[in-house]
Amino acid sequence: MTAPRTMPDIALIRAWLDQVPDPEIPVLSVIDLGIVRDLNWAGDCLEVTITPTYSGCPATEVIAMTIEQALHDRGLSSVRLTTTLSPPWTTDWISEKGQRRLRDYGIAPPLRKVAPACPRCGSTTTTLVSEFGSTPCKGLRRCDRCREPFEYFKCH
Amino acid sequence: MPSSTCEAGAPDGVVELALRLGDNALILGQRLGEWAGHGPVLEEDIALTNVALDLLGQARLWLALAGRREGQGRDEDDLAYFRDQAAFRNCLLVEQPNGDYADTTLRQFFFDTWHVALLNALARSRDAEVAAVADKARAEAAYHVRRSAGWVVRLGDGTAESRARMVAALARLWPFTGELFEEDEADRTLAAAGIAPLPGSLRAGWQAEVERVFAEATLEIPASCWMHSGGRRGVHTEHMGYLLAEMQSLARAHPGATW
Repeated sequence: MTAPRTMPDIALIRAWLDQVPDPEIPVLSVIDLGIVRDLNWAGDCLEVTITPTYSGCPATEVIAMTIEQALHDRGLSSVRLTTTLSPPWTTDWISEKGQRRLRDYGIAPPLRKVAPACPRCGSTTTTLVSEFGSTPCKGLRRCDRCREPFEYFKCH
Repeated sequence: MPSSTCEAGAPDGVVELALRLGDNALILGQRLGEWAGHGPVLEEDIALTNVALDLLGQARLWLALAGRREGQGRDEDDLAYFRDQAAFRNCLLVEQPNGDYADTTLRQFFFDTWHVALLNALARSRDAEVAAVADKARAEAAYHVRRSAGWVVRLGDGTAESRARMVAALARLWPFTGELFEEDEADRTLAAAGIAPLPGSLRAGWQAEVERVFAEATLEIPASCWMHSGGRRGVHTEHMGYLLAEMQSLARAHPGATW
């Protein structure tokens, strides 16, 4: 008989995953981004359910690999990753901490009703340059006050 | 292989539906990818490739679903790279060449407007897997149509040159729009099962939206004319073979290649 394996608390595992950065926007963890849907012990196997942000986001596969690697590094040998599409991810899944970190990083966080404020000078008078930016999740605006172009996280 | 419409495995027609949706997204994504590095301005270059990437992601989801339901062990790569022209189910509109920016813009606008309406309906599908992919894709398509509609207005109500090009593109592309609303036995089976809307049921809404944008763009819908047909049965235009040759050559030269 094998020795009983330790099965760390889900809250602890969640805290570990809060250290795993998103590959495109490393200031956000995969927890901040809201793509880890569920963590569950099934016997001695940890089941991790994740959801993609955008259908074509090339980071999705890297994220899955990074999560698995991080859990292995913490000593969890038996991890099963599944992907779910439903309900679809929206920017509402991004945590408050994530929103703050985005702003500090220079990317305006997503807002539902109003246009994003300039992350540099805080002005709310900005002009849309393009709804498509350097990654699927970002668009481009320009601040009308400080004239700096900036990226914003698209509402989705 | 002759391409009769309903020979696919699942009796509910989900394989056929997923192939049609996946092939539309894949082929249009491939076309838009041809613009990479050639866009008229940097922002548009980035936008076109972003839309291409969304469509490619959607194609993966649909083709993976088709492969699972078909149950013959084919994954999305097998379906994308190892089917021949007659097995592709995309509509003829999406395989039309990029042409000038008026052609690319108008092709995209016709498709996006239709795509949004279709995905919104499919998000309520009685098939949970179909609904999940559509629900995911429709948020992306909403962004696509805002961009393409904006450019239709900008070019149509722009300079004499841009307007003339839009009028010419309209004459070329309009005859490919009828196919979007065609119905066959597979469509009727899917509609009866509550899995997909009847294509014809989307026509009035689509036309109203096109008319609304055209009014702003000072463009007019052409008088009714003969419409091309065949893509959904695997009968494609002469442009399709060249597109597939480029898209499939690497996977066929090096089967199973990864990086």
